[in-house]
Amino acid sequence: MMKTMNDSKLPPSRVAKHIDALPNSGIRDFFELVMTMDDVISLGVGEPDFVTPWGIREATIYSLEKGHTSYTSNLGLLSLRQAVCRYVKENYSVSYDPVQECIITVGVSEALDLILRALLEPGDEVVYHEPCYVSYPACIQMAQAIPVPVTTKQENNFSLVADELRQKVTPKTKVVLLNFPNNPTGAVLTCDQKSEIAKIAVDNDLIVITDEIYSELTYEDQCKSIAAFPGMKNRTVFLHGFSKAYAMTGYRIGYACGPKDLIDAMMKIHQYSMLCASIMGQEAALEALQHGKNDRELMKSEYLMRRNLIVKRFNSLNLTCVNPQGAFYVYPNISSTGLDSDFFAKSLLQEKNVAVVPGTAFGNHGKNYIRCSYAVSIDDIELAMTRISEFISEV
Amino acid sequence: MEKKEKILELLQKNARLTTSELSERLNIDIEEIESIIKRCETENIIRGYYTLINEDNYHIKKVRALIEVSIRPERDGGFDRTARNIGKFPEVTDVMLISGNCDLQLIVVGENLNDVANFVAQKLAPLDGVLSTRTHFILKKYKEAGFQFENDEDYERLKITP
Repeated sequence: MMKTMNDSKLPPSRVAKHIDALPNSGIRDFFELVMTMDDVISLGVGEPDFVTPWGIREATIYSLEKGHTSYTSNLGLLSLRQAVCRYVKENYSVSYDPVQECIITVGVSEALDLILRALLEPGDEVVYHEPCYVSYPACIQMAQAIPVPVTTKQENNFSLVADELRQKVTPKTKVVLLNFPNNPTGAVLTCDQKSEIAKIAVDNDLIVITDEIYSELTYEDQCKSIAAFPGMKNRTVFLHGFSKAYAMTGYRIGYACGPKDLIDAMMKIHQYSMLCASIMGQEAALEALQHGKNDRELMKSEYLMRRNLIVKRFNSLNLTCVNPQGAFYVYPNISSTGLDSDFFAKSLLQEKNVAVVPGTAFGNHGKNYIRCSYAVSIDDIELAMTRISEFISEV
Repeated sequence: MEKKEKILELLQKNARLTTSELSERLNIDIEEIESIIKRCETENIIRGYYTLINEDNYHIKKVRALIEVSIRPERDGGFDRTARNIGKFPEVTDVMLISGNCDLQLIVVGENLNDVANFVAQKLAPLDGVLSTRTHFILKKYKEAGFQFENDEDYERLKITP
């Protein structure tokens, strides 16, 4: 649109400066574009294509049938917190007290917001890795702190290199925010890498927030949580939830485990803002932990097959693609096409009706990458890859 | 899981998967997949491949009955000989030895009610070793071999999510 003289006379924004400064999510613009089109095959989804397993849905219905429609304790149902702490101990080798060291939240998103607001003051720095989930830098800014990205690279399988992290640590650094398995790259951390990062945290007296939402979707051996490394339990906040492992995104149930003082602080914000997560969601989550293992494993083996297929296809198109060890995304490099990712994604959508998300949505270094989700049926993956292949040959 | 188990699990859900599709999904060479399937066929682990038809949506509808059969076990071989002989009738599609009030459970198929009734009266009941039969006609099938015959309504997710 042409800039008119009147623009300069606009009244100053009424919105708080730190909110006004937030960029619009890149994924949002793309979403609007996709919504205008029919018959799109989408590899742009960030949630499982499976419907929540029937046993869990049935437990939700039963919860309603019993008339469980009230608030719960602010921290969440004690039975769920107990089940969560047992699960975390068995699978991530770190013990938490369900009474004092665990809080149930409205998805991991709320848990992340709570812990950032609880910890950060203006001027504090948070080191995180890019490409990353779209909310991280924004959530850090909303907590009035400064986001400091470390770029993870294809040659390192998009894993976080400890030395590169160390270089970003300053006296103002208060928090390191980790997300492995990673959205959008599917990268994971090895035990050695976790150990090195833990050492940096201890040496520099940093708090580590680890978002483990994709951790059940780890296709090779999984290492214990970074919270289980020496000196780490008291400086780690472990965030997790039910959305990805149990296909429960719409339930919005997450949790945080961590040292008592930090859970208390999160609890303060949570009780005044959210109050509690929905009780039927919490009861469904309990059912997931008690009886959901089989369904979880079935979905995981399905994702693994899809990963094998999609990685092979991308590499055969010379869109080189690290074999992701976790989550349900591939992050192919499209530089062989000579197109940047925004243009690639838009043209692919308009010409072939296939939606992928441009890498730029996940950070500043994404212009050579696109994110493709394989949380879609094998048939749709086959069809999408055939169309992508046609698209590339016509570029 | 072993390669053989993975392959069989997939084929059990979809027998039409080609060896190259299996190869791409499981990251196993095509040649190896072919040889594993061949071996399963020779070893009688894979007994056959068939197509599941939802007759509710098909103009040819057959009549099927679940039949409970009590039989007299034999000194050598128990129930096996009689069960195998019952299974030789082409009308009988399934034969299972079960625990409980009877010994065998069959599924018998015919063009119509009479067909099945005649089979029971003239072939099955008079068979040496058969003591009694109880026939239950199948009225509607909701699920078979892991497949629901009616799906829930499609529900569209958002096309793009973070």
